[in-house]
Amino acid sequence: MIGNLLYILFSGVAYGVLLFLMSAGLAVTQGLMRFANLAHAAFAMLGGYVAVTLMNAEGWPFLLTLPVAALATAIFAGVLERLLFRRFYNVSQLYQIMLTVGIVSMSVASVTFIWGSVNQPVRMPDYLSSSIQIGNFDIDKYRLFLILAGGLVVWALIYGIDSTSFGAKVRAAVDNRRVTSSCGINVDRLFMLAFFIGSALAGLGGALSVNLVGLSPTFALDFLAYVLIVVTLGGHGSMKGALAAALLLGVVDVAGKYYIPQTGPFIIYALTVIVLFWRPHGLFAKA
Amino acid sequence: MKRYRFVIVLALAMLVLGSGAVLGQQTPIRIGIIYSFSGAGGTAGKEFDDVVAVFQKQHGDTINGRKVEIIRRDDGGIAPDNAKRLAQELVVQQHVDVLAGLIFTPNAVAVGTVSTQAKMPVFIVNATTSNIMAKNPYMSRYSMTATQVTVPLAKYAYKTGQRNMYVVFMDYGPGIDSGQTFESAFTAEGGKIAGEIRVPVTATDFSAYLQRVKDAKPDGMYIFLNASGAGTAFLKQAKAQGLGGAGIKIFCSGDLVTEQSLPAIGDAAAGVISSMNYSGTHDSKMNRDFVKAFMAQSGGLPPTFGGVGTYDTFTAIYKVLEAQKGQIDPDKTMDLVKALKFESPRGPIAIDPDTRDIIQNVYIRRTELKGGKLVNTEIDTYPMVKDPSEHA
Repeated sequence: MIGNLLYILFSGVAYGVLLFLMSAGLAVTQGLMRFANLAHAAFAMLGGYVAVTLMNAEGWPFLLTLPVAALATAIFAGVLERLLFRRFYNVSQLYQIMLTVGIVSMSVASVTFIWGSVNQPVRMPDYLSSSIQIGNFDIDKYRLFLILAGGLVVWALIYGIDSTSFGAKVRAAVDNRRVTSSCGINVDRLFMLAFFIGSALAGLGGALSVNLVGLSPTFALDFLAYVLIVVTLGGHGSMKGALAAALLLGVVDVAGKYYIPQTGPFIIYALTVIVLFWRPHGLFAKA
Repeated sequence: MKRYRFVIVLALAMLVLGSGAVLGQQTPIRIGIIYSFSGAGGTAGKEFDDVVAVFQKQHGDTINGRKVEIIRRDDGGIAPDNAKRLAQELVVQQHVDVLAGLIFTPNAVAVGTVSTQAKMPVFIVNATTSNIMAKNPYMSRYSMTATQVTVPLAKYAYKTGQRNMYVVFMDYGPGIDSGQTFESAFTAEGGKIAGEIRVPVTATDFSAYLQRVKDAKPDGMYIFLNASGAGTAFLKQAKAQGLGGAGIKIFCSGDLVTEQSLPAIGDAAAGVISSMNYSGTHDSKMNRDFVKAFMAQSGGLPPTFGGVGTYDTFTAIYKVLEAQKGQIDPDKTMDLVKALKFESPRGPIAIDPDTRDIIQNVYIRRTELKGGKLVNTEIDTYPMVKDPSEHA
């Protein structure tokens, strides 16, 4: 019994790490600019396609595609931010949602046009594609890799936010934008950088998720709800909040499916509602 | 003012020239198509177009000297209102002679009302729910029904020693139908159902479900999942979680392991037993020719059951229209449809005169690696199966 529980934790944490990578960037940019960027899930999808294309068409090794997928996504998102998004920072969130939902739809159509609507084939290197048998449990090496790689990224992020001057500026701007900019900090540039890093994370998350959940043009739509739940539960602008929310969501989702599969997707929405009743601004939001 | 007059003259000239061109030859035969060319059905739409191109290369684009005009409309996915409106438009404004297409059952049902009111023959390419044509006497189907392929698979699973099966299906109409059909057919044979899981349509991580199945230690597992997304991830995760190692055989409907989705599933598909009305490796001259012509047209993608359904739909349309010289009459068309019997790339097929539904072989296939490529090898055949639920 305890073995089952540990296994559920393991699977859930691996899934949570994926959700965190895909949502972390949005949590920060949402906190900084109050910009409702639903296109964030489309950035994750782009990262997935970049990685798959490099592997299949160019024969790149999997690990090498990861930084490139992150970088390519960040550049694409950065261009989009400069050309388009920044014009919408001071309008109501309804317009922002209309704009970014439109971009999600366009991303689905563009991806279908370029890569077709079939699921993308992806082959992992041998050291990631087998599993380690412990008792009745097959520990999927890929999930293990996800947890390790994700842990590394999480550590780097938390260190970056907590202990660098860039992180201090970001925290200051999230708390109070006007005071921060009156201190001579260029919040616009700060935001650009945060947006760039956040999109890179999304691209990385997308690239890492392909082997586990597959990749087709509806990817952006499939993960949109999860990403929004993570950001809402975590609290805008909180990296630790997003991490806690993603892990909670991953574990509760997997545990719910295992112990009470009859409830279907209900369990994660119930979790969302309960958490928001308790903490309306998210787990780690400042009161 | 002068420019304005010029435009009018030009328009008149075009009108005269245009009508002259029409008078110069017989009026074309118009086939209205309602299919999904965008959205989730986009792959199917591309395959449809490629098959039509292949078909017309082989059989020409005229019937009895009249040009065949294909008028395509995109229903954009599951959208019954949209499909109905398109059907009305094709019937009333485009004056089509027959309608064809339809991937999704809700759309087919919506078009059914138009078909019956307008006495418009409709040739269904996919839409695999049983009994949807019962009230629509001008509809006929060239795909299969989920029941038609599921019952033989349940029988095969029992025949090959499975006694205790876990059933996992997606929690939506086709999934529930298929899962429950398997359960009742398998228990009717004498088997036991070890458990059932309804997978939410939005699920992307299946590790918990797979562990549940493993805990139950069944002989095998029947799965029905949406082929375009969840199915691929499910099979890959099943392999990573060692279901094969635990001796749990996987059975599924063939649309999960189509020739086009196999590369994405990869090694995880090897050993999966599926039932379907078509396999790309079906051994007949007609199929070899079809696969070759299709792949030349599609740029290397192999055809799936959807493509074969399209091909046979056009064969049927050409056959019944060729048999009618002069005026095309809906009742005559349906009489001819009910007598249809011909060779398809999938094998012999016929239309059941009682239900206007297809009668065909159901093939049990094993997915295996052959010459570096995953293929579905036919390992058993249930000949000329009628949908059991329509003959209850």
